[in-house]
Amino acid sequence: MAKSFASEFTKGLWKEVPPFRLVLGLCPVLGVTTSMKNGIGMGLATTFVLLCSNILVSLLRKVIPAKVRIACFIIIIATFVIVVEQMMQAFAYTLFLDLGVFIPLIVVNCVVLGRAEAFASKNGVLKSTADGLGIGLGFTWALGLLGAVRELIGTGSLKGDVFGLIHWDVPNIFGAAFEPFGFAVQAPGAFVILGLLLCAMNLIPSK
Amino acid sequence: MGEMIKMVVVLTILSVISGGGLKGLEEWAKPKIENNVMNLVKGPAIRQILEAADNDPVEDRFKIQDGEEERNIFVGVFGGTADTVVVEASANGYGDKVAMVVAINMAEDSLRGMAVTTHKETPGLGAMAKDNPSFAAQFVGKNIGSPFGVTTDGGQISALSGATITSRAVCIGVNQAVETYNRLKPQLEEQIKGMGK
Repeated sequence: MAKSFASEFTKGLWKEVPPFRLVLGLCPVLGVTTSMKNGIGMGLATTFVLLCSNILVSLLRKVIPAKVRIACFIIIIATFVIVVEQMMQAFAYTLFLDLGVFIPLIVVNCVVLGRAEAFASKNGVLKSTADGLGIGLGFTWALGLLGAVRELIGTGSLKGDVFGLIHWDVPNIFGAAFEPFGFAVQAPGAFVILGLLLCAMNLIPSK
Repeated sequence: MGEMIKMVVVLTILSVISGGGLKGLEEWAKPKIENNVMNLVKGPAIRQILEAADNDPVEDRFKIQDGEEERNIFVGVFGGTADTVVVEASANGYGDKVAMVVAINMAEDSLRGMAVTTHKETPGLGAMAKDNPSFAAQFVGKNIGSPFGVTTDGGQISALSGATITSRAVCIGVNQAVETYNRLKPQLEEQIKGMGK
């Protein structure tokens, strides 16, 4: 049991990391990763929803009738998304201003519904918790990485914090002569950089 | 039949619990959120455009009924008299609504300043409406008798390069604020008469 818990957790971190390996949930991946801070914030919000919905779906998997399961999942997911949205407005308002419309869109993030349908509705609470946490954190680092690359190329520096707890500030790593490449922080830049990261990921064998 | 009833019951119970819980959460979060918007967005913007005021305009605010809506009005005191009111407005930009605060000098019917508060414009282009102080500075001191517009539309405001839609939205917002101000002027004068002593 302990072994399967660990393997359910770690598969999300590398082998099945949603944006890079499964290429799922790309809307927020492309939309909010204009900076590392936004990427991580969005990732953590999604992790919370994924974790809570996985636990609840798993708990209720025997109660929910098969024919209306998707409707039930959506109710559960939507509820937690609104919880995240309200909490973020109450405690991390500046982050909410940056993420804006993408927070409500977590409802339709196929990663969340996909885990509820493919995993949590078929597995026990412990395994589902591990799965939700693993996939969520995998999603978070993927968004953080994409955000960091875009922010570095687009502005030349990295600056931000996560809920005021962890701060980072990397000024101008390319030197003063660096001309910020604004393309990277705009939508088309997201596609190009995601493509390059996917390419890099494929060079490393997934085992 | 039994299955049918079960489906209805499960969905109903789930929805009721979800709805009730969220209502409770909203009640709890609402004052915190309003506080955040005031402290982190509007407050700093208003204090900045009314930097020279003798009072704290965010402290000295009141609500006024405007038809169906209730509006926040912020008051600025200059040289001992309360002669400036700050009106909120918003207009559709390139992304979403561009919200702003507009400070109007009541004695001269001119703008004391304006600032963009919340927006979803493109970073580096439309977002400059908020980030580039020289854009907002164009409005300072302008008479509110004639509506504002960008130079390409024959107005007097130079648009941000690459962000004509945002610049236009800001002008529309300022015009709206001026309209609101003109409509509410008698009530506003009544309200701020005693202030600024």
